[in-house]
Amino acid sequence: MSLIRYQPLEPMAWPSLERWSNLRDDLNSLLELPFWSSFSRHGQLFGGWSPALDLYQDKDNIVAVVELPGMRKEDIEISLHDGTLTISGERKSETSNGEKAERTERYIGRFRRSITLPTRVDANKIGATYRDGIVTVTLPKAEEAKPKQIEVK
Amino acid sequence: MNTLVRENRDTERAQSEQFIAPSASVVEAGDGYTLEVEMPGVNKDGLEISVENNELTIVGRRSRPGVEGKLIHRESRSENYRRAFELDPSIDADKITAKIDQGVVTLTLPKAEHVKPRKIAVS
Repeated sequence: MSLIRYQPLEPMAWPSLERWSNLRDDLNSLLELPFWSSFSRHGQLFGGWSPALDLYQDKDNIVAVVELPGMRKEDIEISLHDGTLTISGERKSETSNGEKAERTERYIGRFRRSITLPTRVDANKIGATYRDGIVTVTLPKAEEAKPKQIEVK
Repeated sequence: MNTLVRENRDTERAQSEQFIAPSASVVEAGDGYTLEVEMPGVNKDGLEISVENNELTIVGRRSRPGVEGKLIHRESRSENYRRAFELDPSIDADKITAKIDQGVVTLTLPKAEHVKPRKIAVS
């Protein structure tokens, strides 16, 4: 068995990441051959769409914030199962005939994100809003999961 | 004549502010281009679009709704968005229009009248 030295992650510096994104663009342009274009056009060659998800917690609620730009509200599905929150949906293509895609980085198609919640929540009181391309799901904690102050008598 | 709305990556950034490059799509229709840029968290007030020396620059500043509580898991980035494109000479820069809806900026870039395809009637 070999031991690998622990290497703390460097804080992410944007310039280096940008180089990667440029590299990806370059790769994409290399791949603009008929066979590959059907993959790269839909982004599936690079793993599809995994929307960024943030989770907040205070004493009463857990709040999930997901970046989903350009969706129709009715195409976003939110479900809770066994303490796992799932946000899924489909972004539909709006390109009509006679138009030619010159550059396609926006993902079209189905996506799915799941996250295990740190505490139990009350499934009947979940609320969600969609604004500026961001879905905010508010999940009130179940009574038994809320912190309790025990009074000393 | 097949040049698209080309991305300008070499733009020297005078500002020290760090930006991230948003995803974009360019579609060409007969009489112009449509450019869509994803900027979740940006609304109309945070959007700055400018054209200078044939370069189109889009800057989006996030106005995140404050969420109560402690952040316990994070995947989003806090930097604002910025991306620049070199405009094809066929585009009429004075007629560019933009709108933002649910975090997607849509720019309509019409071609100048003189470059639009036109049918010549045979008499």
